[in-house]
Parts: sequence; C-alpha cells; structure tokens
Amino acid sequence: MSIAPLIHMLLPLALAPLLLSAINRTKAIVAGRDGQVLLQPYYDLAKLLRKGAVYSRTTTWVFRAGPVVGLAAVLVATTLVPFGGASAAVSFAGDLILFAYLLGLLRFFTVIAALDTGSSFEGMGASREVTFSALAEPALLLALAAVARQTGSLSLTTMYAGVTGATWAQATPVLALVAGALLVVFLTENARIPVDDPTTHLELTMIHEVMVLDHSGPDLAFIVYGAALKLWVLGMLLVGLVLPIHSGNAWADSVVGFAGLLGLAVVTGIIESSMARWRLIRVPQLLVGACVLSTLALVLMLR
Amino acid sequence: MTGWVDTALVLLTLTSLLLLGSSRLTRCIRIVAFQGVVLGVLTVTARPTELSLRILMLAVAIVGLKGVTFPWLLSRVLRDAAVRREVDPVVGYIGSLLLGTLMLAVSFWLSVRLPLPTPAISGLLVPVALFTTLSGLFLIVTRRTALTQVLAYLVLENGIYVFGVGLVEGTPMLVELGVLLDVFVAVFVMGIAIFHINREFDHIDTDQLTALKDWTA
Repeated sequence: MSIAPLIHMLLPLALAPLLLSAINRTKAIVAGRDGQVLLQPYYDLAKLLRKGAVYSRTTTWVFRAGPVVGLAAVLVATTLVPFGGASAAVSFAGDLILFAYLLGLLRFFTVIAALDTGSSFEGMGASREVTFSALAEPALLLALAAVARQTGSLSLTTMYAGVTGATWAQATPVLALVAGALLVVFLTENARIPVDDPTTHLELTMIHEVMVLDHSGPDLAFIVYGAALKLWVLGMLLVGLVLPIHSGNAWADSVVGFAGLLGLAVVTGIIESSMARWRLIRVPQLLVGACVLSTLALVLMLR
Repeated sequence: MTGWVDTALVLLTLTSLLLLGSSRLTRCIRIVAFQGVVLGVLTVTARPTELSLRILMLAVAIVGLKGVTFPWLLSRVLRDAAVRREVDPVVGYIGSLLLGTLMLAVSFWLSVRLPLPTPAISGLLVPVALFTTLSGLFLIVTRRTALTQVLAYLVLENGIYVFGVGLVEGTPMLVELGVLLDVFVAVFVMGIAIFHINREFDHIDTDQLTALKDWTA
C-alpha cells in the first residue's frame, strides 16, 4: 500500500479551515480591507479547544452528542469523496446515497441539538434549516444521478474518474446544468449568501448560526471544523466536475484539486460581496430552480 | 455543430423556465429578448452546410426584431404603464416552475411518440419546441397583466419557429418573413392596446376587463 491515499485522507483534515479564510480574505479585499491573517480559523479552533464548555441545565445528552456525531458523520463523508483525481479511501457502488445521508445525519443532529435547548430562536433556525435542506437534497441527488448516468457508474470515485474533457465536449449542456445545481446546493448547505448570511448575528434572520448559539468551547470547535470539512467535500463535488484533470501524477492532481477549491472559495467570496441575502420567502424559489436544473440534466441524460 | 444547436436549445429551455419563475416585468422583457438572440444563433447553426445569405438575413431580421425592437417597444409601454411586477398570478411562481418541469417531461414523452416526416436536426429539437410552445401557452393563461401575456405570445411563437427551423428543410424565405411581419404587427397592435387599456383604466390587469359591461343610466 502506497502512502498516497493516506495523504489524500489527511489533506482535507489539515487544509479545510483554510477555505474559510480564503472566503473571508476575498470578501475583505473586495470591501477594501486587509482582512484576517490566513491562519485565523486555526487560531480560533485552538482557542475554542482550550476552553471549557458550558451546558444549560435544561439540556440533555442529545445536546452534547450533537457536535460529536455531526463531526463524525462529516469525517466519514470526507473519506467517500475523491480528491484531486485519486480514488477516495472508501468506495463502493451506491456510496453517493451514503454520502447524501451522512450529510443528512449531520444536519439531523445539529437540528435536534438545537431543539434540545428549548430556545425559541434555535427552534426557528432549525425549522428553516430543515425546510431548505428538504429542497436542496433532491437537487443534490438528481444532479449526482445525472452524472452517474453519464458515466455509467454508481460510486463517487468511478463517477468522477469517468468525467473527463471528452465528456465535457460530448455533453456540455448536461454537465453545465449539473454544475449550476451543485453550486446552489453548495451555497445552501454551507449556509452562504444568498440563502443564509454567515456573518450576521441577528437571530431573526439567520439559519445555521442561530442553531449553534448555545454551543461553546470544544463543542463549538467541532461544529466550526465540521462546517469547514462540509465546505470542502461539497466543494470537491463541484470542482471534480468542473476541473476534470487526471494527469496521473498524484501530486499534480492534488495541487490542481486544491487550487480548484481555492478558486471556488474566491467565487463564493465574490458572490457574497456582490449580493445580499435573499428574503426567506424567495429562497425556496432558488432551490426549486436548482431542482429543476438537475431534473432537466437527468431528463437530457435519460433521453 | 450539433453541440451549438444543443446548447442553444438548452438555453431556450432554461430561459422559458426562468420566465416561469420571474415576477419583475423588466426582467421578463430581457429574458424574452435573450430568447430572440438565441433563436438567431439557432437559425445560423441549424444547417451549417447550406449557410447562405438568405439564412443570414433571416437571422439578422430575427435578432433585430425579437432581440431589439420588441424589447424596446415593450419597455416603452412598461414605462408609460408604470407597472413594475406581475402581482398575484393565477398560479404562483414555485407552482409555475414545478408545472414547467412537468410540461418538460410531457414534451419529452410526447416527442418520442410523434411520427416525423423527416428526422430533426437534433434529438432535443422536438421536445424543446413543444416545451417552449406549452410554456408560452401556460403563461398566457396564468398571468394577469397584459404585458406578460404579450411576452408569453412571443414565447409561443418562438416555440413554433424552433419547430419549423429544425424540421422543414429550406422553408421559403417569404414565408418566414411573412410570419415575422405578422408577429411584428401583432406586438405593435398589442402594445397600442396595452397603452389604451392603461390610459382608460389606470392598470393593465386583464382579469378585470371581464367585468366590463355596457353602462346604462
């Protein structure tokens, strides 16, 4: 066994928080500020891990289990997604379903941990999160189904290995539609503008941030780190599709993959700087639009 | 060149879907203008082997009319009517989008069963033409402002044109120009009609016109 798969597993764990700071830096530059140091997310995580956690007396074990289970789910999801042309650590036929539902498990535990506090604000956040993700999940699954149909395989690794420059030349409309749908899913699932504003702390408007208000110390560190990993894996689904470069050299492919992710982070930063969060009532329209895009891709594929 | 044709057809589908989900009237006008430009591209790329001056002129006429003149005309009407968005359509925007997906599926299902005299230039052509026509019809029925109905009429006409350009080899130039002239006159007349409706009633909501009756003293 070579060392390459191990490195591919460890890379996301080490580099994921860097994506958060890449987005922040882009937003800062667009706004004319200098921005945080690039390692700030790591300092934040280290600070949170050193602190103790405070638990409300109304909470139960569910509240404590939430961040742990969530981080575990997203760690397993990381092993399923191929990075930089190499095969994922774990792959079998149908692992895309497992991938979608691992993210579902993460969301479920975040939501019940939020509900466990009994706070009405967190209940509102939980309700919104579930509403939007119920609409984002079909878009994700239909988009992956279209790619699976195109490449004729049911495992994320072989699916993404099957997408090459030739596939793009042959089925540009389908892949472009899938990429569009995946971008919307990426922004929604990671609580980014135009769906949610990650910087706001006005309880009435936020979604993801409001659910984690009561977590502190290491628990919050787990949640922030889990969110960074989620950004990484969902970003990798999009980057693997848009930059289908398989040179065969593991190092070159990893560099291309990471550059793609950084590019995606910059795009996210530009999107966040150039538009405002949409009214809650308009967000389902966007998500239904994403579902329509991936349905169209699948219909074109099945024809 | 089928890549270009397919891309143009997918763009047509996407613009129709976008129109189903948009409420702002200026944006609707822009979407239909873009559709006109896509139609021009489709006309040129449909039969690259028999590209002639005739086809180029037709494409220029289509882009000029559907991409520039109509949007300009309708924007003027819109400015005079001072209406910003379609309020309260019969079917909501999300509902329209979902029904649009359904119409798309029906179009694909139907296109497999249609016996065609000559094979189409692309497998996508017939379903996209059907879908564009259906969505235009759907918009005419479900939107209330007269302006959106004119736009929907244009989308309907676009669908029929797509059908013609991909199926019938070498439609006489005269026929195509005649159809374009008809559409031009129709949009012109409808623009004037909207202007008069607006001046008479201070709104362009056609639903309320059904309640009109002879005024008896």
